[in-house]
Amino acid sequence: MAETSNGAFEPKVTAFVCNWCTYTGADLAGTSRLQMSPNVRIIRLPCTGRIDPLFIVKAFERGADGVIVSGCHPADCHYTSGNYHARRRFALFLELAGFMGIDPKRITFSWVSASEGGKWRDVVNDTVTRVRELGPFTAYRELAGKP
Amino acid sequence: MARIGVFVCHCGENIGRTVDCARVANELRDLPGVAHSVDYKYMCSDPGQSIVKQAIREKNLDGVIVAACSPHMHEKTFRRAVASEGLNPFLAEMANIREHCSWIHEDREKATDKAIEVCRSIVEKVKHNVPLETIRIPVTKRALVIGAGIAGIQAALDIADGGVEVVVVEKDPSIGGHMSQLSETFPTLDCSQCILTPRMVELYQHPNVKLITYAEVEEVSGYIGNFKVKIRQKARSVDADKCNGCGACAKACPNKKVPSEFDTGLGTRTAIYVPFPQAVPNIPVIDRAACALFRGRAKGLKKEACAKCREACSREAIDYDQQDTFIMQDIGAIVVATGYQLYSIGKDQPAGLTGYGEYGYGTIPDVIDGMQFERLASASGPTGGRIVRPSDGKEPKRIVFLQCIGSRDPAKGIEYCSKICCMYVAKHTMLYKHKVHDGQATVFYMDIRAAGKGYEEFTRRAIEEDGARYIRGRVSRLYRDGEVIKVQAFDTLSGEPILMDADMVVLATAMRPQPGIQLLAQTLSASYDQHGFFNEAHPKLRPVETNTAGIFLAGACQSPRDIPDSVAMASATAAKVLGMFSKDQLEREPTVARVDVSLCAGCFHCERVCPYGAITHLEIRDRKGNLVKVVADVNPGVCQGCGTCQATCPSKSVELSGFTDEQIYAAINALVL
Repeated sequence: MAETSNGAFEPKVTAFVCNWCTYTGADLAGTSRLQMSPNVRIIRLPCTGRIDPLFIVKAFERGADGVIVSGCHPADCHYTSGNYHARRRFALFLELAGFMGIDPKRITFSWVSASEGGKWRDVVNDTVTRVRELGPFTAYRELAGKP
Repeated sequence: MARIGVFVCHCGENIGRTVDCARVANELRDLPGVAHSVDYKYMCSDPGQSIVKQAIREKNLDGVIVAACSPHMHEKTFRRAVASEGLNPFLAEMANIREHCSWIHEDREKATDKAIEVCRSIVEKVKHNVPLETIRIPVTKRALVIGAGIAGIQAALDIADGGVEVVVVEKDPSIGGHMSQLSETFPTLDCSQCILTPRMVELYQHPNVKLITYAEVEEVSGYIGNFKVKIRQKARSVDADKCNGCGACAKACPNKKVPSEFDTGLGTRTAIYVPFPQAVPNIPVIDRAACALFRGRAKGLKKEACAKCREACSREAIDYDQQDTFIMQDIGAIVVATGYQLYSIGKDQPAGLTGYGEYGYGTIPDVIDGMQFERLASASGPTGGRIVRPSDGKEPKRIVFLQCIGSRDPAKGIEYCSKICCMYVAKHTMLYKHKVHDGQATVFYMDIRAAGKGYEEFTRRAIEEDGARYIRGRVSRLYRDGEVIKVQAFDTLSGEPILMDADMVVLATAMRPQPGIQLLAQTLSASYDQHGFFNEAHPKLRPVETNTAGIFLAGACQSPRDIPDSVAMASATAAKVLGMFSKDQLEREPTVARVDVSLCAGCFHCERVCPYGAITHLEIRDRKGNLVKVVADVNPGVCQGCGTCQATCPSKSVELSGFTDEQIYAAINALVL
């Protein structure tokens, strides 16, 4: 969570994306100069299959207000099947998110291919708008006794 | 304490305009572990790289971060620079503050804040980077070319002339592709067959080429230098070794009314056929859907309904029981040259395309597409080169060409320009004038795009010497009135509506990728765009490579291309393949998984999720040779580095080099504070 000088809530969103589809799609959004919300920080991984659900929990624990996970479309995975493993893993994770005190609406799962710069912009903007409406994620800070 | 150097690039004004690079460098300088932090106008330039190298030397750096463009662009450049100073290249990483920051944000303060956070996150990651050694892998010096149109033929010949074996797979019974269907080619009006067929024969006879026609690539496994390719040889129903191409079978075939694909439905062929007289190889194939014998078999008839071709064959080459077979090949590099198809003017349209109901959905017989016009104008075509109406065989005196049918029309599902249509329509008007001297050709166009050597001159010739009438405007509707076609249009230069009569209308339909191309792309693990064209690795600097190492692109499978472009691309892929094969071993990034055997419990979850079968079983024995436990081990030659094993491992005993948990958590921790 961050606050700007005028005190308005500026959400922080961490994005875990695969190197081959979504990272390249985000590159394309850049090359196409598609303007989007500056609230998202990308962490590049080889494949969505590499993304441990604990990464998401860690991001929230550290103060992220939202998380995006995005990779190759089904059947298009650079590593053949990593995205399928990710899909199963995160379907299950979403079920557990509420139990862990994380509103599933704070998490976006998406497929963005290397040619979908526009879709990446939409995923970024939609997530930031949604998280902005939800307000800051404070549950873990309160647990830790931090202000 | 780490000694990390941070190098912030302005990229001219590309980054500097929106990101305050000096502030980024200043803030990073205060981070613990950062020993040096500077900004510079062009970090990738020679002086820029010298700044990095000098700092490594003088400040004794043990890690480097270049905050600049995407790592896909220059990670290799900077890792090379770092390595030249004796620092392990995998201790250098890039922070993307161009594509993911300066280019997509306008607020300078927010963009600078973001750039600082992104850099900080990478700094923390690099603190946990360890030196890695590149992996050396052997290379199978044999190339595969998929598709044998002009691009595939050129690529295969250039590679084969370089002294390397080439396997060429063509899905149709003959090689030659679309170019073999063309009459004459722009801008020289030389006969397409005359320049293509010698190349086809050359390919067929080349000692380094193994040509597999009527076949498709079914499965591809492995990786650069070491692909294993499974090719489905479809059943021709003719023994290619026995057949001598005499043509007696086709003469004997009673079904002579099958629409010919080669003649785009304007001519007919028999059920056992060679697509065209100059086909290579000159071996017929039985179209089982059209053959009476196979249709009889499908109905369950006990007796053979027809066997005329077998009776006619003196070499006993006809084999009705032939089955599809599979050919396995070890391949080092793959060139994709699958070409294009035309936007269909028929009623059936693929998802996302709406078709052109206003032009009669192909129900008006004298409304044809550009390829059909090619066949009419071709000396080898169904009319022997006479331009006549398909409906009544009369010579059209008024012919109308419509450009941009499908192309540049987002409302119809395609926004791109098909590139070749302006030129071939100009060519068509000339071919028409040369054959129908008293005829009048009219062209409806949006713009004339004649960028190419001799192209503009060619179009001017069509207008000034051959009298083609060019009208800038769109046709809103075509309809039949007796024998004539009414063309309802609007002249956007004069602002006048037009209603004119035509005897024949030719639609310059858009170029689209071949059907099934997505499936092939998935088989190859290569990416494609929203239209289905293959994606190149970089639009300017790596135009014939894909992001999947060892897979290259030639011709219209990548975007609409004319013949000179396709041939140039094909030769470029050959240069890439031969360059790759000039080494006996390839270097690969060491992003592979490693197992900590002391932690591994041997549950083998990793083995079940590994897409490559890279996990092996390792027996751990004590000094006396007693088996202590069986643990997982990774074959680094097979592992491709996706990291699915690591995310799956319950004991966290497998780690992906370059993307360890330690590194990722450090990056996450630094991002959100």
